[in-house]
This record gives sequence, structure tokens and C-alpha cells, in this order.
Amino acid sequence: MSATPVLALRGVSKRFGAVQALTDVELEVHAGEVVALVGDNGAGKSTLVKTIAGVHPIDEGVIEWEGNPVSINKPHDAQGLGVATVYQDLALCDNLDVVGNLYLGRELLRRGVIDEVTMEKNSRELLSTLSIRIPSVRIPIASLSGGQRQVVAIARALIGDPKVVILDEPTAALGVEQTAQVLDLVERLRERNLGVILISHNMADVKAVADTVNVLRLGKNNGSFPVKDTSQETIIAAITGATDNAVTRRAVRSTEAAK
Amino acid sequence: MSDTSGTVKKDAVEPTAAAPVDDPTAAAGAATALDPRLLIREEGFKGYITEFKRKVKGGELGSLPVVAGLIVIGVIFQLQNSRFLSADNLSNISYYLSATGMLAIGLVFVLLLGEIDLSVGSVSGLASTLFAVFVVNHGMEGWLALILTIVTGVGIGALHGFFFARIGVPAFVVTLAGFLGWNGLMLWLLGSSGTINIPDSGPVHLLGQSSFFMDQSIVGAYILAALGVASLAYGSLVDQRRRKAAGVPFRPTSEIALRVGLLAVAAFVTAAVLNSAAGVSNSLVIFLASLVIVDFVLRRTPYGRKVFAVGGGIEAARRAGINVSMIRITVFAISGGFAAVGGMFFAGQTQSATLNAGGGNTLMLAIAAAVIGGTSLFGGRGTVWSALLGMLVIQSIQTGLDLLNMNTSIQYMITGGVLLGAVVIDSVSRKSQKAAGRG
Repeated sequence: MSATPVLALRGVSKRFGAVQALTDVELEVHAGEVVALVGDNGAGKSTLVKTIAGVHPIDEGVIEWEGNPVSINKPHDAQGLGVATVYQDLALCDNLDVVGNLYLGRELLRRGVIDEVTMEKNSRELLSTLSIRIPSVRIPIASLSGGQRQVVAIARALIGDPKVVILDEPTAALGVEQTAQVLDLVERLRERNLGVILISHNMADVKAVADTVNVLRLGKNNGSFPVKDTSQETIIAAITGATDNAVTRRAVRSTEAAK
Repeated sequence: MSDTSGTVKKDAVEPTAAAPVDDPTAAAGAATALDPRLLIREEGFKGYITEFKRKVKGGELGSLPVVAGLIVIGVIFQLQNSRFLSADNLSNISYYLSATGMLAIGLVFVLLLGEIDLSVGSVSGLASTLFAVFVVNHGMEGWLALILTIVTGVGIGALHGFFFARIGVPAFVVTLAGFLGWNGLMLWLLGSSGTINIPDSGPVHLLGQSSFFMDQSIVGAYILAALGVASLAYGSLVDQRRRKAAGVPFRPTSEIALRVGLLAVAAFVTAAVLNSAAGVSNSLVIFLASLVIVDFVLRRTPYGRKVFAVGGGIEAARRAGINVSMIRITVFAISGGFAAVGGMFFAGQTQSATLNAGGGNTLMLAIAAAVIGGTSLFGGRGTVWSALLGMLVIQSIQTGLDLLNMNTSIQYMITGGVLLGAVVIDSVSRKSQKAAGRG
């Protein structure tokens, strides 16, 4: 893991009218690290990734890219830096085949004509390095299962050689086997030394693949834990805010008193 | 507790990751990224046949219904009137199909977006009138008038596209308004006279009934046939070689030979038949050339890919950075442009601009042609060759009914039935494609 994070958010705030969606949020993503972003509904997870993806520009704070402050005002800026986002609705074209979808909007050209052969070759290489199993790269997306579509959508994010990949609920609505495929893929992204931000509601998934868990609660950081040394209960307590109760306050007070 | 859940998951993953891919029948170079559950296509000719059967079962009928339909039509009309399959009649069919076929080409673009353009008939009528007004009333040079007419058609289509893409009016309504409005403009331009005769020169002569490729020379037709066959063979072989070199699956030589052989038979038989009549009409040559160019644009250029993408999923296309409005406007502009070209073909057929040019069932025939040929009404699926296949069916029926001296009333009813049948086939095959996991 590198010393300088690829992507760092320092004191980021975002308001929508009267709603303070994010307050002083900190987040660091290193190369080769899977950062899980968890929190209740409305905790600000989606808003946070949208600020990184350039959908919502931030109001206050700094976004640092490889140690240098950058401004991300539109999706194009984020893509230019090397941030690829896979949204929950995968946005694939059902009628196009896998190759067509992987390269949609950035087709390789050869003398002004779409270079199907090179695109197919690269697609097969990419899919096989990721150990993605699909029947053929030449069948329309419509004939793939939900999990296969998800891995195609993730593979598509990799075509532009990003450094950070944001996955928004990649395992929601997937079966056991498909979830396993997607989690495998997340690990392979880490092996490729990419920074991964994983939004998930599923603690088992988070425990399985993430290195660090960042908890958001009501638009604020509510703890960042290394996954290895943290129990699921601690994380869930941070998500629900159960850490902030009479027992913990008394514990804090008694430690302060002991000083 | 929580730790075990993580490990259990990982263990469950292992067997799939390690599953062997050692199917001996796998095509060369296809060993990567294969699903063990996949039915792998066998090598060579047998694989081609099984693949074909599987596709038909799965609802991917391709041009099968059309070919079957053509055979049925041919048999029925030939039994009723022995002149139907005569060289002269077939030559007639080949000449008259190109005008409405041009409208159908434009419609294929619109249908690929999952939209409809109801104005193409009226625009084609307006185009023939505009051309007549330019040439006869203003004494303009024929080719200049042709260009102006086509540009007007493109402009009209772009206007429809603007209202659809930018203002958000449903395409159905915009083009219905165009259907009425442009027809009105045509009637107004024609005025009380009702007909403008156009002198038989320039583009009108080229598109007329007495204009043939290479002046009816026998070799002309064979040159065209040879050109088509040779370019398919060359293209397929070059593609096969590049795919082999890149290590991706390629078409076996036997399959290429079969395809080239089929095209060769079709092309040379057609050439021989047309030669034994009068020759290949120039309008047919222009129609076929347009098909080849448009097919290339749709399948091999980024623009064509974008059209398919917008037809397959607007949100996906937008996220991929495709300017959806621009695609919509240009597609309607293309449709308007081809409608204007079709109008020129009509003018060439009659060498006049008349009140009923582009009226009647022209629009219905063009839509029917595109759909019968296999372009889906639901967007995202189809090829421009459906304009040719569909027009062969439509024009055969028209000519056959004319030969039998059927009333217009009967013709309308039969054409309506054929259109309904084509849409039913489209809908049903879409359903079975869904059931087979390909919809």
C-alpha cells in the first residue's frame, strides 16, 4: 500500500438547499485497497460517491488526487483523472453484444472504421485476466444473467484504465453464486493495484473483500475501521449510531474522570 | 462468528474458479473465458447447421420468414397467372421496388431508435413537386434542383427531429403533423393545375423506366453480380485472416464458401433474368448501392453504433457519452433525406409531379417493407437489408395483384393484412427471444 493515497477527501461538505448532505467528510483510498463505504439509507454514501464521480461538485473541502488538490466539477473531470463509476442501474445496451458494450462510446477505430477484431481480442483478454466467465463476447447483453451483467459493467469501467473504481451496491439483487463472482472480481481489481470504493449494505460482503470500512452516519464520518481487527458488531453499532448511547457516554466520562 | 461467514463465502467460490475448461470441441482460440455450462458450437459445417437450428428455435428468425413468404407469393401468383415469374414481370418488380425502398431505408434508421416517421410519404410527394417547380417553373438545372430537393428533405427531417429530441414532442405526433402539413404544402405548390410534367432529362431520365446500367449491355449485369460476390468473398477472407492472426474465433472457410456461393447464385440468376428482359435499371443500381453504403455506416462506423446504442438503451447511451439528441435529430434528418430521394424516384417513374405522389398507401408500404424485412418496431434490432427483402415481398404482391386485375380495395386489404402479419411475427419472435434469454 502506497504512502500517498490515490484519492483523498479532506473536510468535504455538500448542501442541497436546506439539507446538509455531507459535513466535513474525510476519506482516503490507496492503490490496491478496497475501501467499503457503509451507512444507513440517507447517510450520504451515494452523495459522497457522486461528488467523487463529478455528478455533484463539492461546496467545501478539498479533493486530493495523488497528493495534489484537484477540482472535479463534471463527470468528465473525474473520468479524466481516472475515476470509473459503476452505478447501481448498470446502464448497458441490451441489444449490443458484450464487446459493443465494453467499448460503447470509445470504439477503437482502424482507418475510420470500427476495429471489431482488436476490440474483441482486447475484450477477451480483459475478461480472462479478470476470470470473468461468460458464454461468448459476441452475445447480446440481454441473454446474460444479472451477475454476468454486473461483471460486464465492472469490466467496462476498466476499459479506460482507471486508478479508482467506484462500485455502487454491486451485489444488491444478486444470488449467492453471482455475488461470489462479483466479490472475486473486486479482489482481482485490488490485485491489479486499483483503489476500489465499494458501497454495500451487506456486512458479509464487506467483511469478505474490504480492507477498510468507512462508516457514514447522517452525512458525517462515524469511524474508519480496518476490517481484519474489527467485529461486525462494532461496524453495525457505528452505522446505527448505537455507539452514542448512555453506556458509551458514561464510559467516556469515566475514562475522562480517571485522567 | 463474522469471520467465518467471510471464509465460507470464499470457499464457495473456489470450485467455480478452478472448474476445468477442457471441452475438446471448443473452437480454436475460444478456450478463454468460457462458461462450462455453455453449449459450444462445433467446428465446421455441422456446427453451422446446429447453430442455425438453435437460433430459429430461440426466435431469431432472421430473414427466414421473408424467404418463405417470397416462395409462397411466387407459387400462388404463378399458379394464377403464368406471366408472374416471366423475366419482364420480374424486371418490373425490380424497377418499381426501388422508389418505396428508398423510403424504407430511411425508416430503418428511425425504427432502429424505436421511433416511427409517418411523414416519409408526404415528404417524398413534396420532394417530387419541389423538383418539378425548380426545374419547370424556375428553369433550374436538373442536378442542382436534385441537390436542393434532397437538402430540403434533410431539413424537413431535421425539423421533425428537433421537435422530437429537443422539445420532447412524441415522434408519432410530430411526424403525423408533418404527414398532413407537407402534403398540404405540396397541394398548394401544385395549385390548380394538379400536375407538372417534367422533361425527360438529367436525374429524371436517370431514374426513368428507360435508363439502364451500361446502356443495356449484357455484361453490365454480370459485372455488378461479380462485383458483389467478389467483395463479399474478399471481405470475409480478409476478416478471417485478421481474426486468425488475433486469435479470436473466426468463420470457418466452409461457412464463407456457403455464404459466397448463395450470394453468387442469387446475384447471377438475377442478372441473367434481368438481362433476358431489358437489363438492370439504373434506379435499382442506385438503390442497391445505397443499401451497401448504409449497411456499412450502420454496422462499421461509430455513428451507426451510436444509433443502435440509443435504440437499445437511452440511459446507457447517455452515460457512455453519446449525444442522444444529436443522434435523434440526425436520424430523422436521414429519414427525411431518403424520403426526398424516394420522391425523386417517383418523379422519375412518371416523369411528372402529381397530386397523389407519395399519397395513398406509400407510407404504409414503406413501413411494412422495413418491418417485413426483419427490422423490429421496438428499436435496436434490424438491418438495412430489410428494406430490400421487405420491398421484394411488397412489390411482388402489388405487381401480382395488378396482373390479376385486382381492385385497389382488395390491394389495400391484402397489404394491410401483410403488414399486420409482419408485425405479429416481429412481436412473437421477440417474445420467444425473451423466453430463450435473448430478448
